[in-house]
Amino acid sequence: MSIGATNARPFLEIKDLNVRFETDDGIVQAVTGSTFSLEKGKTLGIVGESGSGKSVTSLAVLGLHRTRSNAKVSGEIWLDDEELVSATDEQVRKLRGGKMAMIFQDPLSAMHPYFTVGSQIVEAYRVHNPGVNKKVARERAIDMLARVGIPQPERRFNDYAHQFSGGMRQRAMIAMALVNDPALLIADEPTTALDVTVQAQILDLIRDLQEEFGSAVIMITHDLGVVAELADDVLVMYGGKVIEKGPAVDVFQQPQHPYTWGLLGSMPRLDREVRDRLNPVKGSPPSLINLPNGCAFHPRCPYAGRNGDRSFTEVPELRGDIHKVACHLPAEERTKIFQQEVLPNL
Amino acid sequence: MLAYIVRRVINAIITLLVVTAVTFGIFFAIPKATGSDPALLYIGKQSDPAAIEGIRQKMGFDDPIYVQYGKFLKGIVAGRDYANGPDVTHCPAPCLGYSFATEQEVTPLLLEDIPVTLSLALGAAVLWLIMGISFGVISALRRGSFVDRAAMTTALAGVSLPVYFTGLLSSAIFVYWLGWLPQGQYVPFLENPADWFVNLILPWITLAFLFAATYARLTRANMLETLGEDYVRTARAKGLTERVVIGKHALRSGLTPIVTVFGLDLGALLGGAVLTETVFNLRGLGYQALTAIRQNDLPIILGVTLIAAFFIVFANLIVDLVYGWIDPRVRLA
Repeated sequence: MSIGATNARPFLEIKDLNVRFETDDGIVQAVTGSTFSLEKGKTLGIVGESGSGKSVTSLAVLGLHRTRSNAKVSGEIWLDDEELVSATDEQVRKLRGGKMAMIFQDPLSAMHPYFTVGSQIVEAYRVHNPGVNKKVARERAIDMLARVGIPQPERRFNDYAHQFSGGMRQRAMIAMALVNDPALLIADEPTTALDVTVQAQILDLIRDLQEEFGSAVIMITHDLGVVAELADDVLVMYGGKVIEKGPAVDVFQQPQHPYTWGLLGSMPRLDREVRDRLNPVKGSPPSLINLPNGCAFHPRCPYAGRNGDRSFTEVPELRGDIHKVACHLPAEERTKIFQQEVLPNL
Repeated sequence: MLAYIVRRVINAIITLLVVTAVTFGIFFAIPKATGSDPALLYIGKQSDPAAIEGIRQKMGFDDPIYVQYGKFLKGIVAGRDYANGPDVTHCPAPCLGYSFATEQEVTPLLLEDIPVTLSLALGAAVLWLIMGISFGVISALRRGSFVDRAAMTTALAGVSLPVYFTGLLSSAIFVYWLGWLPQGQYVPFLENPADWFVNLILPWITLAFLFAATYARLTRANMLETLGEDYVRTARAKGLTERVVIGKHALRSGLTPIVTVFGLDLGALLGGAVLTETVFNLRGLGYQALTAIRQNDLPIILGVTLIAAFFIVFANLIVDLVYGWIDPRVRLA
């Protein structure tokens, strides 16, 4: 412990986060024991299938579960030395859109159809800068539109979301999220609704803006290509749990979890023969109301049972130093399987 | 925008023309088909044939139906003269003919009724909008709570109970039993605003109860849908206060469908709230229509139908124009 230990806490630190929803069908355990951290200027990629808990994690950070009376959140979320799970609604509201902002998946449905794009950006700015008059806020919004690469920003300011093209709409959404210089930016599948050529532009834009603003970025996606492009660290989620995490380079070059292998195997590659089939992860994601016993992945894992019955009865812990994995297979065996069975087919 | 308005107005005029043609056709062709003579209805059964023939000449009942319809339309636009030789009666525009029963001009009769119906409909509309929307919003925000359940149960009662039940029951309680309100009788607003108000309280509440129920359920459903929209989540993610999120972002789209329904409901009511007017003895268009139907007074029935159609078409027009203004996506379509 050094004298400067007060700064020891990372910019964003999430400890043992649990999110559950009480529904008529039972309790949905959306996130279980999620723990990770992120520094300013860094990008964390969270990957996983639909229902793996990646979006719920980010909504919990922003406190957007708070309006849902059936949501229960426990654990700790530290943002810049402030704990958010135990904070009041008003404290979290003041951080939302200010210190932490979010970009959503489908910008057409995420923008209000009845208000102009400009007025929505102005609103986001003024709620965190109440003293600013309309004219200044308007200039700020137009400036943001210009910075995210929207041509003729003065004119587009008065347009509605449906008058924008898909890519321009996402740019406007990004302008709205960045209008208050957020220190933490969460992008929830920001390119999913866009066509491929536009996807690359938007990713470039996010990277450039991150360098400019020095924000911490959480990139939620099921597209490993996006993660490979942008992320410093990667978190792989399955059934509401973090099952693998580590530096992006390690996770891509030495993936440890059979599920991560499956994700890599299901990525289309241009350098592969067309007649080769993709290798998707067989089976479907588990129900979060009734998770399988033991390792949640065992019903779909081709290696379950190699190590006795532990996969069926015991939840694997997340273990490792920098590159962590939650799997019952011994490390040597995993390396062997990856080298001999998985890698040749990727 | 101008092209949009012009298109809508032309549409409205065509609709009204069709409505007049069909109503006129029904009301004046059916007596012919059934063999009853409209001229007889003016005079009474024991008149002499010459007088009947005179009326027939004067009213033009012997003309082909399209000629009669043409004259009827001309009467509305420019007024018309009923002539039987030297005996000429001028009916100024907009002329809707003469009542069979009283031989009075239809237009002034109906014009007298309009303020009654207007007072009833507008007052009730204000009430049901306030009640329906506020209870609908509260129910949506407190979904599943006691308030929600109570409001929705009351609303179910509201849509299920007919006006002649709630109206008579409330009259029995507040007028005859408790004696808090006078026995209903319409007093013109300009004559005595206070009496006008007091006499309309029960009819307003009775009529509003029926509509407030529908509006509360509609508002609740719309609000619940809107609250689940992505843009409401975005509004929260921007850090807006819950008051702005609900009061501005959610309400703006949650209430938009209400505008359509409200326009049509109000338009329909302006053509006469038959049950409410009858129960509370208000001599409005609905009451007039009911009386006319009982007496087989075709010109009045035709007149009321036209006015009702006019209000509905007009309300539709207004709704379309307002919609173009509140929903930017419609404006461009």
